[in-house]
Amino acid sequence: MNPFSFEARTLTRRAFLGRAALGGAALMSAPAWAHGIDFPFPGGFGEREMTTSFPQKGSMILQRTRPPLLETPWETFDRGVFTTNDQFYVRWHWAGIPDNVDVNTFRLKVHGNVDHEMSLALPDLIRTLPRVELAAVNQCSGNSRGFFSPRVPGAQWANGAMGNAMWAGFRLKDLLDSAGVKAGSTQVRFSGLEEPVIEGGPHFKKSLTIDHARDGEVMVAYAMNGEALPFLNGFPLRLIVPGWYATYWMKMLADIEVLNVPDDNFWTKKAYLIPDTPRANIIPGETGVKMVPINRMVPRSFVTNLSSGASIKASAPNEVRGIAFGGDCGVAKVDMSVDGGANWQATELGPDEGKYGFRRWSAKIAPPNAGSRVSVAVRCTNTNGDAQPDIPNWNPSGFMRNVIETVDLVAA
Amino acid sequence: MQCIAGTLGILCAVMFLAGAAEAKDALILKSTSIDLPTGDRQFTGAGADVVNDNCLTCHSAGMILVQPPLPKATWDGIVKKMINVYKAPVRDQDVAAIVEYLSNHPAGSK
Repeated sequence: MNPFSFEARTLTRRAFLGRAALGGAALMSAPAWAHGIDFPFPGGFGEREMTTSFPQKGSMILQRTRPPLLETPWETFDRGVFTTNDQFYVRWHWAGIPDNVDVNTFRLKVHGNVDHEMSLALPDLIRTLPRVELAAVNQCSGNSRGFFSPRVPGAQWANGAMGNAMWAGFRLKDLLDSAGVKAGSTQVRFSGLEEPVIEGGPHFKKSLTIDHARDGEVMVAYAMNGEALPFLNGFPLRLIVPGWYATYWMKMLADIEVLNVPDDNFWTKKAYLIPDTPRANIIPGETGVKMVPINRMVPRSFVTNLSSGASIKASAPNEVRGIAFGGDCGVAKVDMSVDGGANWQATELGPDEGKYGFRRWSAKIAPPNAGSRVSVAVRCTNTNGDAQPDIPNWNPSGFMRNVIETVDLVAA
Repeated sequence: MQCIAGTLGILCAVMFLAGAAEAKDALILKSTSIDLPTGDRQFTGAGADVVNDNCLTCHSAGMILVQPPLPKATWDGIVKKMINVYKAPVRDQDVAAIVEYLSNHPAGSK
C-alpha cells in the first residue's frame, strides 16, 4: 500500500493544537493537477492544488496549509509590475500565527542599547513619523527551489515566491534616532507576533547590522499598494529591507532590539546560511565550505505572457514581455536571445517605478516559418553590472536561484 | 526633545510623537481577525501513526507530500533537525520509524 495515501479524519490532540476540526478537508481522491497546476520540476512532484481558503487572499497555489505557504499564480505577474495584495505570496515559519490583531492595543517596542526605550501605538507611528514610499521586490530566499537539480528539501516553490509592492511607512532610521542608539551598538534584532508552537522552539528573529538598519532605506511599512497589509503578509507592520531576501522582512513586526553584542539567536546565526562562494554555488556533496548569512538579492528576469509550449504566429511580429529586477540595485538592461544565447538583443524597458521593484520589458519576435521552434531566453543585467548566469547555481538549501530563464515556443 | 534615559519610556515616546509633524491622509488601520485552515489531512498505511503523531504538530501533511524523493540520509537529517533545532518532542525510539516511513516516498528513496 502506498503509505502516502491519506484521508481526512479526526486529528490527534497533539496535531490539532486545540483548534476545532474543519469539515470537508481536501481529499486526494482526485489528482491534484486536475484542479491545479503541475510545475515542470526536474524529477516531477510538481503537482499543486489551487486554494481560495485563506483570508484576504484570492486564488493561490497551495504549497502548504499550516503554517501557510501560498504561491502567486504566474499570470498575476503579467498584469503589471505591482503584485496585487490578494495574490501576493505567503510564507510563515511557525504555525503560531495570531488569530487577531487589535490595532488599539498593538504596540511596537524599541528597546535594548538605546537611550529611551519606547512602546508605540499604531496611530501615533502613522501620524507622526515622516511617511516614505518605496517600490521593492520581496522574494523568498528559496524562490524557485523546486527547479534545483539535484532536488533539495524545503518549500518546493516554482518562481512565484516573490512579489513587488509599493510600500508606505516610515524609515527605521527615524524610529531608531528617536530612541537614541547608544554607542557600541552592533546589530538590530527584529521579531514579530509569530510564536513557536513547541515549547522551547526558537522564536523567529532576524538581525541587521546597525549601519544597515540606519541606512535610511530600510523601513517599516504599514501600507502595501495603498492598503493595509494583508494579515498573512504581516499586518499591521512589516520590516522592508530593499534589495535583501525576504527572510529579513519581519512580518507583524512588534519588537526591535538594539544589540551591543553579536546576535547569536538560531535564525540569525544558523539558519538561512549560504555558501560564501560566487552565486552561493557549490558542487552537490561538497563539504567544508564557509557559510554566511544570506543577504543581497541577485538579478532575475522572466517571460510573463507566454509559457513553454505556447503557440505564436509565424511570419508576424509577436509580443514577448515580462518582468525583471536587479536584485540589490536597478535594472540596467534586459536582453533576449532566440538562438540559444549566441546573440542577444536589447528589449524595451518599461517605466522605472523604483530601482528595487519589478521593471517591465518587452520585445517582438517573428519566427520565419510555421512549425519552427523558438526558445526565448531573457537575461537581466543590473546597474552594478551583474548579469544573470547561464548555468544554474546549486546549494543544499535551494537559495538564490537566478539562472537565465527560457521559454520554448512553437510558431503556427 | 528631552528624555531621561532609562525612565518613563512611554512618556518619552509621547513627547517625541507630539513633536513630530502630522502626516496627511494617514491610513486608518482596522483590527483584524482571521480563521486559518488547519490542513487536517493524515497519513495512512503501515507506520503512519508515528508520523501523524509527531510531524503534524508543527505543520500540515502537505509539507511532506510536496517533497521530491530524497535520500534516506536526508530524511534522517531533517527529522533530527526538527528534534534538535525546533524542539519537536519525538521519542528516540520513534526516529527510525519516522525516517523509514518518509523514505518510502511514492517514487522510492534514492
